[in-house]
Amino acid sequence: MGVEGIGARVVRKEDKRFITGKGRYVDDIKLTGMTHAHFIRSPHAHAKVKKIDSSAALKMPGVVAVLTGQQLVDDKVGNLICGWAITSKDGSPMKMGAWPAMAPETVRFVGQAVAVVIADSKNLARDAAEAVVVDYEELPAVADMQAAIKAGAPQLHPEAPGNQVYDWVIGDEGATDAAFAKAANVVKLDVTNNRLAPNAMEPRAAIADYDAAEEHFTLYTTSQNPHVARLVLSAFYNIAPEHKLRVIAPDVGGGFGSKIFIYPEEMVALWASKKVGRPVKWTGDRTEAFLTDAHGRDHVTHAEMAFDANNKITGLKVKTYANFGAYMSLFSSSVPTYLYATLLSGQYNIPAIHAEVIGVYTNTTPVDAYRGAGRPEASYLIERLMETAARQLKVDPAQLRRTNFITQFPHQTPVIMAYDTGDFNASLDAAMKAIDYAGFAARKAQAKSQGKLRGIGVSCYIEACGIAPSKAVGSLGAGVGLWESAEVRVNPVGTIEILTGSHSHGQGHETTFCQLVADRLGVPISQVSIVHGDTDKVQFGMGTYGSRSAAVGLTAILKAMEKMESKAKKIAAHALEASEADIVIENGEFKVTGTDKAIAFPMVALAAYTAHNLPEGMEPGLKESAFYDPTNFTFPAGAYICELEVDPGTGKTSFVNFVAADDFGRLINPMIVEGQVHGGLAQGIGQALLEHAIYDANGQPVTASFMDYSMPRADDLPSFNLSHTTTLCPGNPLGIKGCGEAGAIGASAAVINAITDAIGKNDLEMPATPDRVWRTIHAA
Amino acid sequence: MSTVKLTVNGKAVSVDVEDRTLLVHVLRDHLNLTGTHVGCDTSQCGACVVHMDGKAVKSCTMLAGQADGSSVTTIEGIAKGDELHPMQAAFRDNHGLQCGYCTPGMIMSAIDIVQRHHSQGSGGQLDEATVRQELEGNICRCTGYHNIVKAVLDAAGRMKVAQAAE
Repeated sequence: MGVEGIGARVVRKEDKRFITGKGRYVDDIKLTGMTHAHFIRSPHAHAKVKKIDSSAALKMPGVVAVLTGQQLVDDKVGNLICGWAITSKDGSPMKMGAWPAMAPETVRFVGQAVAVVIADSKNLARDAAEAVVVDYEELPAVADMQAAIKAGAPQLHPEAPGNQVYDWVIGDEGATDAAFAKAANVVKLDVTNNRLAPNAMEPRAAIADYDAAEEHFTLYTTSQNPHVARLVLSAFYNIAPEHKLRVIAPDVGGGFGSKIFIYPEEMVALWASKKVGRPVKWTGDRTEAFLTDAHGRDHVTHAEMAFDANNKITGLKVKTYANFGAYMSLFSSSVPTYLYATLLSGQYNIPAIHAEVIGVYTNTTPVDAYRGAGRPEASYLIERLMETAARQLKVDPAQLRRTNFITQFPHQTPVIMAYDTGDFNASLDAAMKAIDYAGFAARKAQAKSQGKLRGIGVSCYIEACGIAPSKAVGSLGAGVGLWESAEVRVNPVGTIEILTGSHSHGQGHETTFCQLVADRLGVPISQVSIVHGDTDKVQFGMGTYGSRSAAVGLTAILKAMEKMESKAKKIAAHALEASEADIVIENGEFKVTGTDKAIAFPMVALAAYTAHNLPEGMEPGLKESAFYDPTNFTFPAGAYICELEVDPGTGKTSFVNFVAADDFGRLINPMIVEGQVHGGLAQGIGQALLEHAIYDANGQPVTASFMDYSMPRADDLPSFNLSHTTTLCPGNPLGIKGCGEAGAIGASAAVINAITDAIGKNDLEMPATPDRVWRTIHAA
Repeated sequence: MSTVKLTVNGKAVSVDVEDRTLLVHVLRDHLNLTGTHVGCDTSQCGACVVHMDGKAVKSCTMLAGQADGSSVTTIEGIAKGDELHPMQAAFRDNHGLQCGYCTPGMIMSAIDIVQRHHSQGSGGQLDEATVRQELEGNICRCTGYHNIVKAVLDAAGRMKVAQAAE
């Protein structure tokens, strides 16, 4: 593999700027003449906007403009859209309520913008915002999903009667009913998947700069996918045509899904920069992040699983209510449908599955993809069901899983996905060995003698990553293709620039992507640079989410590398007077195999650009590009086991051990992969124990700062015990499955299964706070 | 408006600011030291931690005027030229950062933790539980803290060696 090649634990190239304070995030950028935007946001969950009086604010020092939603309408700026069309079971399309970037008439969640103040400084904009008088007429609001679907509930959108976004089904209902009719045992479970706030540490920000002479916009923004931002801003929001809009996503401080979407603030900043003739900067504060970054999860589900007399699963029925919040965010419709219900087979051979998903509007912040996006909800449901079943059927939970594991691949599930490869027994074996599963009973007894309740919980997750084959997702309603593109530019001196449509916001692409090049050419990674995050530099890209950057983005780089190498070999063969077929690349040299004839890679590069002596008919230069569209999803999978203790006097949970055995296929940089798992586990454990975005009955958020929303801190978490098993992904040439979301997908169920095992009661919702655990222990 | 005089990373500076200006905004907006970040506005996340007269403070929770006359060290001021501070090196070597946004505050807090424990004469022996507890005021969303804790413990050893050498 070489010291810097595939599989090496290479220290990250990008770290130097971050550890020395030289990172360049959007808020670090200052433009000449820059103004500052402050949004005026609704304090009401549901209200009519009757009048906005900005006359006093406009007289205040430094105020440039106060712009309102009506002016957006007047300028024909488009509404926000949802880009994935879902069809209800009755054949009707999903019901998309109109979402203007600033509300001209009606606000539907606390924090929705109604106007923006543009001023010479951030403080002056805030001061002036205090002087803008908005006259609201409050309307009845509904924040709870079950309340929202009842007759007589406040209605959010005229387009969506009964507050229903869609009523969607998947699977074979008849076959599933037949399986239940013959079942020896049926296990039932009601599960709530708690609403989470993504909370990337860098708040969202945007700087828009309009050049009137060129009629050209530049947008610096916190995006996971700058080309998708440009596409959507151009094609749907009518801001500017794509060739007149450059989107730059520089260093971005975490995303976790929340920075995929195009939000009102960057639309308004672009539009406002043209109106005021100066650059406009907006940087969100943390409370704005809680109010406006798309939230995650928020499902209520009833599920039933049928077993035969041998404890084999014969059928699964699921009915899920998914909270969309007040509007349909960019990819929200796909999350509780094709990213959720298609994973309901888990790691198990389930002959018949039927699922129904009802999307519901409420007067809350919109909900969309958050790390895992639908797959954590599916995995949590299935793994809670398996644990519940093991308890009801009185079998060992690990053994019940083994009884039902899929062992033959490829495996077609009843819910679209065709798993290509895996070895679920291997990862469960590894996890059980790592935690000494066999010795647990003795440890539990020992803990009991000390007054502690010890529990162990298993979670065997599977996810669909490498998002995604364009044709397949197109047939399911996606509005975009999900390929990736790359370009390899070899400079005349032999240094290499890799331009990628993937975007790194913590994932370490500037290191791992170089490792591929080092691996293939034998050049040091110091000779390679990765260029990303700028639509003027990179030809196109679909960005980073869904654990896709290695499986899809890196494969695109590989394809471009292969083209470049093919041309370079022809040049080398010509220079060495050898046959192209005899040229091999080793340690930065092109060699004639079996001889000592060789030419260094920089000399090949130079020859390509001097073009003094190229093969007949060859174009000068050494630069190639590729678009790679995957043929299937990838299927990372693994087994997590959590061992913990509960103090029955306080309900407090303490970790004893947390083991994760993952199968991600080939690892490019194990150090970075482990870091991804650590972070994912923290988010999954955070959901299980701490985090919950809560609204009161009137739609007022009660967790809109870090004082109220419990983020995992260092002393809430254990150190993790990681290992890997490997089945190479057959779907891409590097054998990569992806690792970005696994931890967040698999961890929550392991924790709740362990706590419920410890306390001997199965009915416990997330987050399992000490208060909730104590009440459950002491419930009658 | 007030004039605030500070020594920042060893250099004397004087800035005229509105009385309500926070220390973090003097650093970021007036002195262009953008390595110090704002992550929460409510003093929980610690992305804004700097050292004032050798102690870790949250620069988003302090008026610039309160820092008048003090010596402030930011993330930009801890390396000696190209030689990284041992805590910076330990964060890199242990993959203690991902997106990098919380990192400057983490490093500044972590240096303070190690220095306090070394000076308390506890033999400089920091353990994992203590590091985790004392990082309570710094939030990271990327790393799950696993490698941050490793980095701090690693740096504690390196700083002790460096201290002994001085």
